[in-house]
Amino acid sequence: MLQRIRAFFMQRGVLEVETPLLSSAGNTDPSIESIKASSDGYLHTSPEFPMKRLLAIGSSDIYQICKVFRQGEAGRYHNPEFTLLEWYRLGFDAPQLVDEVLELIRALAADAGMGLTDARLSYQSLFVTSLGIDPLSADENELARAADARGLHPGCNMPRDDWLDLLLSHCITPDFPPDRLTVITDYPASQAALARLNADGQTAARFEVYWGGVELANGYQELTDGAEQRRRVQQELAEREQRKLPTVPVDERFLQAVDAGLPDCAGVALGIDRLLMMLLGAEHIREVISFPADLA
Amino acid sequence: MATYSTNEFRGGMKILLDGDPYTILENEFVKPGKGQAFNRVKVRNLKNGKVLEKTFKSGETVEAADVIDTELQYLYTDGDFWYFMDPNTFEQIGAGAAAVEGAIKYLKEQDSCVVTLWNGEPLLVTPPNFVELLVTQCDPGIRGDTAQGATKPATVETGATIRVPLFVEEGDVLKIDTRTGEYVSRVNK
Repeated sequence: MLQRIRAFFMQRGVLEVETPLLSSAGNTDPSIESIKASSDGYLHTSPEFPMKRLLAIGSSDIYQICKVFRQGEAGRYHNPEFTLLEWYRLGFDAPQLVDEVLELIRALAADAGMGLTDARLSYQSLFVTSLGIDPLSADENELARAADARGLHPGCNMPRDDWLDLLLSHCITPDFPPDRLTVITDYPASQAALARLNADGQTAARFEVYWGGVELANGYQELTDGAEQRRRVQQELAEREQRKLPTVPVDERFLQAVDAGLPDCAGVALGIDRLLMMLLGAEHIREVISFPADLA
Repeated sequence: MATYSTNEFRGGMKILLDGDPYTILENEFVKPGKGQAFNRVKVRNLKNGKVLEKTFKSGETVEAADVIDTELQYLYTDGDFWYFMDPNTFEQIGAGAAAVEGAIKYLKEQDSCVVTLWNGEPLLVTPPNFVELLVTQCDPGIRGDTAQGATKPATVETGATIRVPLFVEEGDVLKIDTRTGEYVSRVNK
C-alpha cells in the first residue's frame, strides 16, 4: 500500500518530505492532547505546522507519511500512535483536493478488488436531512433535545460544538452506506481552526472523507491570514483554560511562517491504519498494527 | 466514594447509574479526529439483567458500584432465603429469590458458587460453568428410535430438567453447562 501511495504522488510531482516528530510546541486544539516526550518537547499530533513552514519558505507540493501521537486515544478505530499520510497542494481549493483524495482511495480499493461510490454532502444538509435541525443556528438546548430524542444523554453540560460532535458521530455517520465514500463539506466555522472561511462567514472550507461510517481523512483549504491564525490559536488556548486542559507552548515558528506568507493551498491528512482496515475488512485497528499500544 | 473516569472503563467494571449497579459489557471509544471524544458503553443492570447503551463524554467520571464477587458454599434454604457460607470465615449470608433465580436449580448443598455482593448484600448467584448432577428421573429411551439428535427430558437431583440423549438412564451422573442449560456428557462413575 505504501509503495502504491508513493507511486501515486511521484506521478503527480509531489515531493516526499520528513519533519521532526519531536517538537518544542504542543497542539493547542482542545480536542487533541499532545504527549509530552521529555523536557525536550512534545511528540507531534500531526506534521501540519512544520509542513506549512516548508510551504511558507517556498517548497512545492509536498507529502509525508509519518507516525503521529495522540494522548489517550485508544479504541476500535484509535491507537495513541498511528500512521498519517498528509499532503499539501499549491493553488488547490477544497473540492479539487477532495477529487484527489477520492482518486487515491479509489485506486487502492480497486487494487483490492473493491468498487466504491461517492457522495459530497454539506455538514448543514446532513443535519437537516437526518435530524431536521440546522447545525449553524441551533443552540445548545435544541441540540441537546435532538440527542435526547435519540436516547443520548451524556448527563453533563457541553459546549455547542460538543453536541454537534455527539450527533454527527452517533446519529449521522454510522448510517453512511458501507460501500460509499462520503465527503462532508463546509463544516461550521467553529470547527475549523485552520481552514479558510467560506463567503457565507458561517462555514469553513473544511472537509472530511468517510468510508462507510469510518472517518478516514480531514482536509482544509488552508487559512493563510497570519493575524486571523493567531486569533484562533488564542481562542483555542482560552478554551483549553475553560475546559481545565493542560496548557501547551504555542508553535510561534508556525505562526511566524503564516505571517510571512503561506501560499494559497489545500492540505489533507489521511489515517493510513484505518484505510488499511477498510481495505482488509478488519474489525479492529489492532488487526493492522504489529503491536498496539498496550503491547508496545 | 470511589469513581472511575471513562478512560478507565473496561469490560467487567461495575458502575452505579441512576442508583442501580451495572457491569460494563463493551466500551467503544468514539471520537471525530478534530472533535470531542465519547465513550459509548453497553452495560447490564445487575439487578434485572437488562442491557442498555449509554454514551458518556470522555473524561467524565462515574461512581463505582461497590460490587464484589465472592466464592461461597451453598448451605440450605428455608423457603424464603437461600443461605451461603464463606468457607474461610464461616460467615453466613442469606440471598433472596431474585438473586438465586436461574442458579439454584443447578446447586446442591455444599456446592461452591460465585455470589455477587452489592454493598454487602447478595445481588446475584452464579453457579460454576459446569456442574455434575445425578439423574433422578427420566423415561427409558425407546428402542429402535435412533434418529440422530433425538433427545428426551431428564430431571436431576437439584430439580432442573434438561434435554438429554436417549441413552441416558436414571442414576447416571451428567455434566451440564449451566450457561446454556445444556447436557455436555455422561460422567464415568
